[in-house]
Amino acid sequence: MNELAITVIGRDRPGIVADVAEALARLGANLTDSTMTRLRGHFAMTLICVGPAAADVEAALAPLAADGYLLATVRAVAPDSASVPVGEPYVLAVHGADRMGIVAAMTRVLADAGGNVTDLSTRLTGSLYVVVAEVELPPGSSDEVAGRLTRAAAELGVGVSLRPADSDLL
Amino acid sequence: MTGEGYAGLGGWTPEKLGVPGEVRPVVAAPEPVLSRPGPEVDPTSDEVVRLAADLVATMRVSPGCVGLAAPQIGVNAQVFAVDVTGHPKAVTVHGTFVLCNARVVEASRWKAGREGCMSVPDLTGDVKRASRLVVEGALPGSGEPVRLVTDGFEARALQHEIDHCAGLLFLDRVAGAHAVYQRQVYL
Repeated sequence: MNELAITVIGRDRPGIVADVAEALARLGANLTDSTMTRLRGHFAMTLICVGPAAADVEAALAPLAADGYLLATVRAVAPDSASVPVGEPYVLAVHGADRMGIVAAMTRVLADAGGNVTDLSTRLTGSLYVVVAEVELPPGSSDEVAGRLTRAAAELGVGVSLRPADSDLL
Repeated sequence: MTGEGYAGLGGWTPEKLGVPGEVRPVVAAPEPVLSRPGPEVDPTSDEVVRLAADLVATMRVSPGCVGLAAPQIGVNAQVFAVDVTGHPKAVTVHGTFVLCNARVVEASRWKAGREGCMSVPDLTGDVKRASRLVVEGALPGSGEPVRLVTDGFEARALQHEIDHCAGLLFLDRVAGAHAVYQRQVYL
């Protein structure tokens, strides 16, 4: 069974999701995990589907990109076994005056500690830059990571907080 | 609930401050004062009484504002005003009040809710807050210690303002990477 990673990025308009899903459905592709958002007004969709050959999907999505405003890419990927969490889930929040390198500096601290970012969003609104990341940290490392993040944030002149992710099971 | 609620404040009203408040400009993130923990204050000092009156005056002229903390008008101090009167989500309501050096002493029944902030005007976020809350603090002017027992929306407002006094924004407590939202503006 082919597993495909597909991205569709470009100028937003009503109906892109329907067009993409319809093209995939016609090919018998099973859309599994997907995410879509607008980034500063640009349409951005990433999805994984299983079933057809990459070349068939590329051909089916080609009309979408024909007007030059959308870019669709299709790539075969090796089916991934469900990833095993490396540790404890935390939420990192950073906010402050926009400047170069905030995400780079903060995520480098996480990476150096063996942390794995599992979800990330950033927003620039006026001069306020906000980063929220969900991260898995090696067990027992959070205090030290929090200290390093605080020092990195102080150098950048931004605020940072690291809190355990809420994982209530209902 | 209002009559019972006021008991916690001993009948305090902003008029007891005895000074007219001045409307002050509200600062927005990334203004550094919003990220600095405020020091405790002397609630009986003239300076704090004027600050309390200014917070009430500024809160009252700001549409939809249910709370305002000293850092939001550029003052690094543990003082805030709250008034959730008439808010559809409020249950217990203590009217308009100002607290100095407030502390959460009991918190339970945590619930997620969407929050905004005058100092983060373009974003909202999902934040878990206690919906049953006991707060202790001091009233500006008399310096009288008070213990407020509240719930629901007033509890959320109090926690939001106490966070401001500790240099924290709702952004520091959002539930996850997809729990921050652009405030919708319909043209």
